[in-house]
Amino acid sequence: MTYSTLLIAVLIALGGAYLLGRNRARTLSSQGIKMHSLATHYGALVALWTTLPPLLILLLWALLEPRVIDLILTAQLPDSIRAGGEAEIRLALSKVYNLANDSDLMGQQGLLGPVAEHLQALQARVTLLRGGVIMSLLLLGGALTWRRIQPDLRARSEVEGIVRILLFASSAIAVLTTLGILASVLFESILFFQKVPVTEFLFGTSWSPQVALRADQSGSSGSFGAVPLFTGTLLISAIAMAIAVPVGLMAAIYLSEYATPRVRQLAKPALEVLAGIPTVVYGFFAALTVAPVIRGLGESMGLEVSSESALAAGLVMGIMIIPFVSSLSDDVINAVPQSLRDGSYGLGATRSETIRQVVIPAALPGIVGAVMLAVSRAIGETMIVAMAAGLAANLTANPLDSVTTVTVQIVTLLVGDQEFDSPKTLAAFALGLVLFVVTLALNYVALKIVQKYREQYD
Amino acid sequence: MSIIENHETVGTPFCSNPKLSARDVGVFYGDKQAIFDVSLDIGSNEVIALIGPSGCGKSTFLRSLNRMNDTIDICRVTGEILLDGENIYDPKVDVVPLRATVGMVFQKPNPFPKSIYDNISYGPRIHGLASSRVDLDEIVERSLQRAGLWTEVKDRLHSPGTGLSGGQQQRLCIARTIAVEPEVILMDEPCSALDPIATAKIEELIDELRENYTIAIVTHSMQQAARVSQRTAYFHLGQLIEVNNTDMVFTTPEHQLTEAYITGRFG
Repeated sequence: MTYSTLLIAVLIALGGAYLLGRNRARTLSSQGIKMHSLATHYGALVALWTTLPPLLILLLWALLEPRVIDLILTAQLPDSIRAGGEAEIRLALSKVYNLANDSDLMGQQGLLGPVAEHLQALQARVTLLRGGVIMSLLLLGGALTWRRIQPDLRARSEVEGIVRILLFASSAIAVLTTLGILASVLFESILFFQKVPVTEFLFGTSWSPQVALRADQSGSSGSFGAVPLFTGTLLISAIAMAIAVPVGLMAAIYLSEYATPRVRQLAKPALEVLAGIPTVVYGFFAALTVAPVIRGLGESMGLEVSSESALAAGLVMGIMIIPFVSSLSDDVINAVPQSLRDGSYGLGATRSETIRQVVIPAALPGIVGAVMLAVSRAIGETMIVAMAAGLAANLTANPLDSVTTVTVQIVTLLVGDQEFDSPKTLAAFALGLVLFVVTLALNYVALKIVQKYREQYD
Repeated sequence: MSIIENHETVGTPFCSNPKLSARDVGVFYGDKQAIFDVSLDIGSNEVIALIGPSGCGKSTFLRSLNRMNDTIDICRVTGEILLDGENIYDPKVDVVPLRATVGMVFQKPNPFPKSIYDNISYGPRIHGLASSRVDLDEIVERSLQRAGLWTEVKDRLHSPGTGLSGGQQQRLCIARTIAVEPEVILMDEPCSALDPIATAKIEELIDELRENYTIAIVTHSMQQAARVSQRTAYFHLGQLIEVNNTDMVFTTPEHQLTEAYITGRFG
């Protein structure tokens, strides 16, 4: 039986087991026997014990089966191939799989013919075995648990225990994924730092990652000083925040303090639409609309403006981030208790005095948290800068120049042909690590600040 | 129970030296009427207690005395409220000086998330009452002294006001109100969130404040009304049922509803 049929069987068993378990419990309690838990708990218990073990086995099976089959087949490959080393064995194995799964090819029996035939037989047997194991587990689990249904079986506590384990497993998946990503980035970064010293990467001012791929290729030896990327990222983020923080904050104040409920109802979702626009759309808006306008304006004033300027990218990114700042700030401003506003009005303060001197100071920690989250968003933003800011790693503070950012360089380093052991490719991981650490630190600080704020009023 | 048709407030709603006079005041939330034709004088330097069962409109009436109800969009007030003979609902009246003259203390202590000093100096600053730092220091000290809080906080004026105990916070809020030199102080159940000892201190304070201020206090505690007030007004479903000297209300109430309430038959 294939995996999909098995999954459907498990699903059907889930429903069936639930009904059977529940009905048995109901029958017992209708005979006047006092059951420990509700009938639904017994149903859930039977359903869980029926379906969870087969699902777990199925998952393990799917992970292990290819490896085991590979091992068996490798042992049967002709000695001449096995002597050829890892790469040759892999090649031969994939040929075997192609032969076995494509009936047209089966005719061309060569050296690998017998192995492919063996594989076919093996696959048939494995599939049968898998179906048998899963089905018997289903029946066994269901039957055993069904028989356990007795008045003193603590079904509720058992079900809740199992559910708790399931919930824990789900959260563990998220944490483990993060750790896995971090580990892979860290590992590749260490490889990079074996080729390029950490100090050169962090403090060098020249970025030119092109290295010769082949010995006969003319190419620079590559220099990996990432400072121009850091300053470019900072410049664009600073421009973006200079737009997003004042505009977002003032929009939030208007929405939460001045707007009538009707206006608020319309304006808040409208503002949040900004956050829903794909960043690639912002990107071509920046590159094709904003950048030429800035260039034209600058030239009419006699300034030299690069056609891909940090200003254009920063401006558009700032607009993109406005809803982050305004939406989060709006929430924290609304969370300031009405009693504080009343207290201020009661002293004869005007609305704007109340907002400036009572509401904003009270909401400040939350607003700072919102801004921090927006900054980490700005630093991690890729598409807009990739399209509008350019690729030249200039070390400059002039917003009219073209600069490049960490994220853009990661993209360019990994696009196109590459070797995975060249410093050019590995540099992307080192940049990714820097980005990861910085945004993690920002998010951590932001969360701490927001938490501190919560303690004050809850 | 429903409102009484053609009701006339019994007792003595008017007095000879009124500071605030309400005349035929009605308050509406949208279409719903919360206060019906209330006419009441609040005399200079007296403490008047507003009592009545929950939802009887006593807080709503109190909040209409310094137009705090303006902050609620759907709220509408009819009739007249005269402060020293001037109608505070006259379109020409600016609420900012009005609320400085008629201050308010709320049910739950609501110190601003600022230092004790800044909590007190906030009002004088926005009204420009102090011309120098020395002036401001003086106002802060005087207000805290009048609120009976000075000795407890004088060594930590610059620590946050939210760090004080509940009773201290409420006295801080009273000091904050005094600092803008009001003539009337409205108190909306100022002790309902406090323990008995803190309550006793606030009650003592109210009695001292009577020398300089006119005070209207909403309370759920009849003992409190008896202890601190000279006159008591009994509200019922948005109507002012009876106003009399406090002793009279609690010993020989005129109206049967008042009697039912103070003897604990409902409320």
